[in-house]
Amino acid sequence: MENVSFPYLSYITFIPLLGAVLLLFLNRQSKELLRWVAMIFMLADLLVSLVALGSYDSSSPNMQLIENHTWVRDWGISYKLGIDGISLFLVLLTTLLGPIVILASWKDIKTRVKEFLVCLMVLQVGMIGVFVSLDLFLFYVFWEVMLIPMYLLIGVWGNPARKLYAAMKFVLYTIVGSLLMLVAILALYFMAGKATGVYTFDLLKLHDYAVPLQAQFWMFLAFFLAFAIKVPMFPFHTWLPDAHTEAPTVGSVVLAAVLLKMGTYGFIRFAIPLFPNAAADATWWVCVLAVIGIIYGAWVAMVQVDVKRLVAFSSVSHLGFVMLGMFAFNAQGVEGSILQMINHGLSTGALFLIVGMIYERRHTRLISEFGGLSKVMPLFAVFFMVFTLSSIGLPGLNGFVGEFLILLGTFKVYPWYAVLAASGVIFAAVYMLWMFQRVMFGKVTNPKNLGLSDLSAREITVLVPIMVFVVWIGVYPNTFLRPMEPAVKKFIQHVETKKAAVLNMEKAKKQTNTRQSEAVVTSSLSVENR
Amino acid sequence: MIELVWLIPVFPFIGFLINGLFGRNFPEKVIGWIGALSVGASFVVALGIFLELLGMPAAQRSVQKIVFTWILSGDLNVPIGFLVDPLSMVMLLVVTGVGCLIHIYSIGYMHGELGFRRFFAYLNLFVFNMLILVAANNFLLMFVGWEGVGLCSYLLIGYYYEKQSAADAGKKAFVVNRVGDFGFLIGMFLIFVTFGSLNYLDVFPAAQEKLTQGGLMVTLITLLLFVGATGKSAQIPLYTWLPDAMEGPTPVSALIHAATMVTAGVYMVSRCSVFYAMAPVSMTTVAVIGGATALFAATMGITQFDIKRVLAYSTISQLGYMFMACGVGAFASGIFHLMTHAFFKALLFLSAGSVMHAMSGELDMRKMGALSKKIPITCTVYWFGTLAIAGIVPFAGFFSKDEILFFALVRNPAFWVLGAVAAVMTSFYMFRSLYMTFYGESRVDHETAHHVHESPPLMTVPLMVLAALSLVGGFVGVPIFEGWHRFGDFLAPVFAPAKAILEHGHHAEHHSVTMEVVLMAVSVGIAVLGWLFARWMYVTNPSASDKAVEKFGSVHTLVYNKYWMDEIYDALFVNSIVNFSKLLWKYFDEGIIDAIVNGVGSVTRGIGELLRWLQTGLVKDYAYSILLGVLVVIGYLVLK
Repeated sequence: MENVSFPYLSYITFIPLLGAVLLLFLNRQSKELLRWVAMIFMLADLLVSLVALGSYDSSSPNMQLIENHTWVRDWGISYKLGIDGISLFLVLLTTLLGPIVILASWKDIKTRVKEFLVCLMVLQVGMIGVFVSLDLFLFYVFWEVMLIPMYLLIGVWGNPARKLYAAMKFVLYTIVGSLLMLVAILALYFMAGKATGVYTFDLLKLHDYAVPLQAQFWMFLAFFLAFAIKVPMFPFHTWLPDAHTEAPTVGSVVLAAVLLKMGTYGFIRFAIPLFPNAAADATWWVCVLAVIGIIYGAWVAMVQVDVKRLVAFSSVSHLGFVMLGMFAFNAQGVEGSILQMINHGLSTGALFLIVGMIYERRHTRLISEFGGLSKVMPLFAVFFMVFTLSSIGLPGLNGFVGEFLILLGTFKVYPWYAVLAASGVIFAAVYMLWMFQRVMFGKVTNPKNLGLSDLSAREITVLVPIMVFVVWIGVYPNTFLRPMEPAVKKFIQHVETKKAAVLNMEKAKKQTNTRQSEAVVTSSLSVENR
Repeated sequence: MIELVWLIPVFPFIGFLINGLFGRNFPEKVIGWIGALSVGASFVVALGIFLELLGMPAAQRSVQKIVFTWILSGDLNVPIGFLVDPLSMVMLLVVTGVGCLIHIYSIGYMHGELGFRRFFAYLNLFVFNMLILVAANNFLLMFVGWEGVGLCSYLLIGYYYEKQSAADAGKKAFVVNRVGDFGFLIGMFLIFVTFGSLNYLDVFPAAQEKLTQGGLMVTLITLLLFVGATGKSAQIPLYTWLPDAMEGPTPVSALIHAATMVTAGVYMVSRCSVFYAMAPVSMTTVAVIGGATALFAATMGITQFDIKRVLAYSTISQLGYMFMACGVGAFASGIFHLMTHAFFKALLFLSAGSVMHAMSGELDMRKMGALSKKIPITCTVYWFGTLAIAGIVPFAGFFSKDEILFFALVRNPAFWVLGAVAAVMTSFYMFRSLYMTFYGESRVDHETAHHVHESPPLMTVPLMVLAALSLVGGFVGVPIFEGWHRFGDFLAPVFAPAKAILEHGHHAEHHSVTMEVVLMAVSVGIAVLGWLFARWMYVTNPSASDKAVEKFGSVHTLVYNKYWMDEIYDALFVNSIVNFSKLLWKYFDEGIIDAIVNGVGSVTRGIGELLRWLQTGLVKDYAYSILLGVLVVIGYLVLK
């Protein structure tokens, strides 16, 4: 495969790192300057990612903008980047949120601004890196790179009361999964190397290697754990409410909008294509966990007293939809799943921003502390309403298209799962509207809420870009579905053919085994005869 | 002109955008007229299309206009497209026509309200969604409008959001509707799995080819869609939200919770008439639920004192009639009643609004009385509305209700009995509200009595137009005479396939004119009976009602409290789920999963703590342990 003429993806991945390095050399006292520098680098990153879109052929199902350089020749490690219809919008989502997050933290973060911005920029590198890596080793490096800045974001700038507990929980949960995944990656590397004679971490080459069934099961399990924790799927979700609640606003935003997608993206890019038979066998229990997550997340969200925790549990519910659609293995399900990853990033990211905005004003997140805010903050009410509706999947906004496609795709293959999942749509309306009512409607009963100021120009600037996409995806989703379609078709086809290939291989192996054992028996007999 | 059908929903949407985005500094009148005229413009376009449609041969009156492809994913292709046929035409005209009148009325009614701009923005958004609902050419787009009107209903019920009860009512409406929408959604999935498309023109013509008559699939589809209809159209068991919806401003009750949105379920069932015709079980279900709701809601209407709640229960009851019509296969009659009901129920609600306007917001009929002299116009138009809904010749309600009762009798006399009993009650509670409000002794308190005044022309003119429609609206469907039933003939092509299926194997029965005439006489008789009874109870003999309440004490309490249905639902569904969720959170999430996670952490930590004692870093300790080891080894060797 040839390298692209201009290394867009490298630029997109490492521009934030350049920014982080530059920040290190600036005076920590000049906070405005630090913020502007971070902002400019994030904007530059966004710009490059948009320019790169010009060189992207949305009708092709293949990896594009590929960069391939040998890194460690002896171990078959390469620096290989590329994107297709599956990762394209996740990368764009990440670069879009970059400047938004910087702007959102402008007034919020006042201590250790320099370190904070460096963390955010490094985190950005890790996240984009995961989406564009086509080499398992490189992927793992980026995967782990994300962990440290996120740990610091929660542990340093989090809510003083429980930030260390939450940060620790986040890291330990994630590490457990990651290490198992590392073992599986190495196992795969050696197994494939032994079988084919070529030792490589190149994902596309490994995609073509048919892993024996037995091995698939264990490797899939390891990958499953790593990704399921990240998603998070029920019952591996308990780090999420703590991490979200204790993290600073932008930490929650990045966590919800992008970091959770690492899990779902991991399934669609790594776990399923590498181990399709194991994935297919796992379908029923993955779907069961997804459906439980949808309903469980919604129910527990309903009774939360803390707005942020409520939104966190709603993520468990929403991500259940993403997993369900993916494991339907048909065009609507998978496309809906990818679209819903973007949608969740937008809506839930926005909701965390919204919650952050009232937190900045009141320094509490307890629902009971609010009430009647519509009266004092009418503009805020409009934004909050739209994002709430987007989150509960109102037609005309983004969430609906994704949920509908997922449910339709699932219904085609597992009607009962779809029916159960669809009931989650009812509960979504209950917990979101109930929360909205308690926070925004009614009379202003708490005198502290009387003098709250409505949104500032900065805050409006933070929310408007997200709003644009919320409406865009709702009204004209084809902009986003069309580039996905070829890659999704290829994905489904790949899963099918590889599954069949493995089964054939196993069958052939069984036959040769019987033949061999017969041969052994006859030879031993002949020995005795002699 | 038909090509321009997309303009019909676009106009109100533009109105919504102008008022919503830029209306901050507009004066009231500008905001109001932008709202009203945008709907008026839609009405004009709809009228033009209607005239064009009339000029076409009846068989060709079904035109599809696709604007753009909305969702394209795998084999799913959903366009933003519209279907113009007699059914959608009737709905478009009713929605834009009645909608426009209510908008004009609202300019007067909402005068001086704090959220004037918000109100008109929401109202226009509602009309937009309602027009999408009825004009869509596929199920998914209908669903968009379906949920959209639900949203606007939520927003407008909760218009006085500072009031706890209003905010609660809005949420209740949305959630109960979502329960219905769940059925709609699953029904839609089944349709897609069966037909591979969601477009009406792909689905309905292929119905007999892809589905078996009376089969499980078609029964499931129709029942699930009907679940959606019961939610939106407030039928048993999902009716509880509608009475509470009266928390919204009165024009909202008139437009959304009487004339248009709540009829969406009837429209949907009629749209799917082919499916229903193929599923006899579903037809019976629809008829039974409709008939039962008609009666059940009427009983609750009798006991209410809040004038708007009386009208709310009467709306539920009248919607029940429409479903009963659909259930007995008289889809055109259902739509006919939908239209006449839109006229007289909008009229009644708006007159109730006019009464409120005069009475400084009072809704309790026990505090009214003898208002006929003080607000004569309102009183007159209320008479028109009452006569129409009671079914007195020649008002609009007579023709449509009579038609439904006729077809009910033909199908099954039991349905007729349900309808007839409900009709007596309807007549009774409507005249009861009329007499309690406008006649008898004045029970108005002094403070309010001073301010009682007739409403401004902005409100009374729309009332008069609606009163006129309530009088003449039924003439498009005069029975008996050949060719006088224009309305039914216009709709006939839409329902022809369903009719063909229903009559398959049966001979089209001919009914004698005598029977029709007798039935008509009976239904007028029924209405007059209710009327006279109400008159006797509330005018001639005012103490009778109190005596009746005393006599039927326990029954009255039961009915007055709406059979405690809200409380039962709360206990069964709401509280149990909330309590269970709390258990899940506290005991499962934190008590089990998190306990395990933390437990793993603590155990690891504990082991570390123990091991720490081995690594104190003190040479002395290490020397002791070496000594200990040596002693153990020597001891072992010696004892061995």
